[in-house]
Amino acid sequence: MTAETVLFFIVAACAIASAVLMVMQRNPVMSAIFLIGNFFTIAFLYLILQAQLLAVLQIVVYTGAIMVLVVFVIMLLNLGDEKKLTERFDIKKVLGVILVFGFLLEMLYLFGISEETRVYAGLNPKAVAVGTVESMGKAMFSTYLFPFEITGLLLLASIVGAVVLAKRRL
Amino acid sequence: MSIPLHYYLGLSAVLFAIGVAGVLTRRNAIVVFMCIELMLNSVNLTLIAFASFMGDISGHVLVFFVMAVAAAEATVGLAIVIALFRNRQTVNIDEINILKW
Repeated sequence: MTAETVLFFIVAACAIASAVLMVMQRNPVMSAIFLIGNFFTIAFLYLILQAQLLAVLQIVVYTGAIMVLVVFVIMLLNLGDEKKLTERFDIKKVLGVILVFGFLLEMLYLFGISEETRVYAGLNPKAVAVGTVESMGKAMFSTYLFPFEITGLLLLASIVGAVVLAKRRL
Repeated sequence: MSIPLHYYLGLSAVLFAIGVAGVLTRRNAIVVFMCIELMLNSVNLTLIAFASFMGDISGHVLVFFVMAVAAAEATVGLAIVIALFRNRQTVNIDEINILKW
């Protein structure tokens, strides 16, 4: 076992632990904090996979923008009394978790037996050059220029939609 | 470079399953929302793992677009949560049933 594999297992264990803790926490603020930890572990995995730009974007966009928004909404709604939100024991939930567990076993079995994923001996040597800002910028402003422009339109639409939904009186 | 591709796929499968379990079991709308973000992230990890193992830029660009869509989804979704809380004084998804008949 090389040092890199050990590092991967430590980061993977942190990711799974923070995800499980996020789902188990009763307080939404604690859930948000564990989700931020999970985003950091995933950004670390992006770095191992030589995706430098996306690792930075993961931290800036997800933990910097989206999670700040979520924490801000939790603060704004001031969900003080947790009694109203006590999670009831429900047979449907137990059934749902059992089905999810079956789904997970099925996925892991498929990934375990699949020969398709074993054709790659390791990271592609080109991967170091692929994940940089330079190559991403070249691809985004040439091949993927139209989707990039459409993304701007989507963000504008979401801003307008958020204002329309959240404003008391227009 | 010794980590095989299916380790990454297995990890993202586990994270996706945790996200689905959270969506199914939690009743706080904001926590359900965070579980959806977790699922989006696990799919992003799959995309980047495949892109890096194939040495292809398309996966990275797709992850960038998924992040943009997730940001748009976060703004609109949280605006809906605020509007619902203003009308019903709750974020419990079991009590939010005005679209049911």
